[in-house]
Amino acid sequence: MSGFISALPGAASQGLIWGIMAIGVYITFKILDLADLTVDGSFCTGGATFVVLFGSGVPVPVALLAAFGVGLLAGLATGLLHTFCGIPAILSGILTQLGLWSINLAIMGMKANVAINVIDQDNLNKLWVSLRFVQDVASGRRPFTRHPIFIVGLFTVGVILLLYWFFGTELGSSLRATGANSHMARAQGINTSVTTVLGLMLSNGLVALSGALLAQFQSFADSSMGKGAIVIGLAAVIIGEALFSRIFRNFALKLLAVSLGAVIYYVVIQAVISLSNINANYLKLISALIVAVFLAVPYWKTKYFTKAKKEVRTGA
Amino acid sequence: MLDINNIYKTFNPGTVNEKHALNGLSLHLDEGDFVTVIGSNGAGKSTALNAIAGVWPVDSGSIVIDGQDVTNLAEHKRAKYLGRVFQDPMTGTAATMQIQENLALAKRRGESRTLRRGITKSEQEEYRELLKTLDLGLEDRMTTKVGLLSGGQRQALTLLMATLQKPKLLLLDEHTAALDPKTAEKVLNTTDAIINEHHLTAFMVTHNMKDAIAHGNRLIMMNEGRIIFDVAGEEKKHLTMKDLLDKFAEISGSSIQSDKVLLA
Repeated sequence: MSGFISALPGAASQGLIWGIMAIGVYITFKILDLADLTVDGSFCTGGATFVVLFGSGVPVPVALLAAFGVGLLAGLATGLLHTFCGIPAILSGILTQLGLWSINLAIMGMKANVAINVIDQDNLNKLWVSLRFVQDVASGRRPFTRHPIFIVGLFTVGVILLLYWFFGTELGSSLRATGANSHMARAQGINTSVTTVLGLMLSNGLVALSGALLAQFQSFADSSMGKGAIVIGLAAVIIGEALFSRIFRNFALKLLAVSLGAVIYYVVIQAVISLSNINANYLKLISALIVAVFLAVPYWKTKYFTKAKKEVRTGA
Repeated sequence: MLDINNIYKTFNPGTVNEKHALNGLSLHLDEGDFVTVIGSNGAGKSTALNAIAGVWPVDSGSIVIDGQDVTNLAEHKRAKYLGRVFQDPMTGTAATMQIQENLALAKRRGESRTLRRGITKSEQEEYRELLKTLDLGLEDRMTTKVGLLSGGQRQALTLLMATLQKPKLLLLDEHTAALDPKTAEKVLNTTDAIINEHHLTAFMVTHNMKDAIAHGNRLIMMNEGRIIFDVAGEEKKHLTMKDLLDKFAEISGSSIQSDKVLLA
């Protein structure tokens, strides 16, 4: 139990980082109504780009921006495969993801993983987030403002505010219209190919940014770090929706719910690891099962329980 | 305002499902013409409308709207000239977006979408006044999601959206077919009112011969992908159901004739 409690701040930090990726997934899955599997590749692309750039002396903000940039490019690739080449979205994502596997290794100099040198204190102090800062803040060696929860929380708020602004603009509205009803969007003069590509780019940019933050947090990038990312993203979106959809109606709050969904997911996973003696290799299976159940529940609800509900309503 | 010159469209060419949907269709509409289009299933009414809207490219021929050749223009680019209302009330609006957001999207038809606000305060006032004219109480529900509206309300809203930016041509694709008779009549009256007020040129496909006679200043009947009957002005005013039914019988008679020839 004490192991779980002491791991909690770290798990929450990591959940917040994955939350930014989940917000990216929300853009494609909920707003554009597409299942984009690029995520599993672009997450690592962001991490690899960050670690390699930082390792060669590039400042943290520039390396983070670069990671966001390569995410945009990954989204562009999937977007063009989908719109320009007419390949179904899900397959376009798989193709990009597969291609990115090689690109990610190439970025890391054909190695499966690259570490950030955090033994060097000067190097460590340059980082914005690190798992080490969690203990440092707890022991009083660093101020609270260096806690990953605080820093990533700021990032999350920033991302949510920017997206809230963007989806309120003419361009953002046309993106929402594309996902809501592409026939209507085209009839209103919206180039749905452009908006779809734009949404995929924005989404993967955020995913790669999240990957960069995670690589920074754990002080290494690994070629398999994005494996199953889409499932975690979906889990966060679904958990957030299931728990907060009744109270969070505003768009910004809905995005916040996604981020909180990711935190809850990570804390639950952490609890499973700490409180049972389960082999960590079973985590992916558990994740898959959790997401499958959460995806199935709304369907079961409409299929088996709607009649009962209607009767209650007429009775009342 | 509209010139369709000898357009052809074949679906699934070279397969057993090959269908010659448009066979040298030509049509000229003057500014302010309101034409109703009838014909049996598969006559090419909706296909003609979709050809004008640019849902897919035509095989040959040309389409000119207000002097602008749009034959090779993509659907979203042609939208600048066209207002559209669809048969399915779900198609014309974005269900998960608010009434005012839908109107704001339509307001920007034909304009480039930038990072300006998606909807401004002054627009909201404009929309409130416009919605009042529909007399459906929608002006008090501007932030309601369109998905919560009834089919009739959605069609009325789509009509408003299609004409918010005055279109060169209003395309109505059996837009009352999915509504109950009373709602259908109301939506048709709204259609008439909007077309008259803005002096619009309109192309209305319908299955209802009575509506086709009662509305518009011109009526065309299509069969096998071309126009076989075209009346306007005084002649259209005196048109009766019987005339149209006779015309239909004439067509089906001719097809029976050709069948006989085939079987002989």
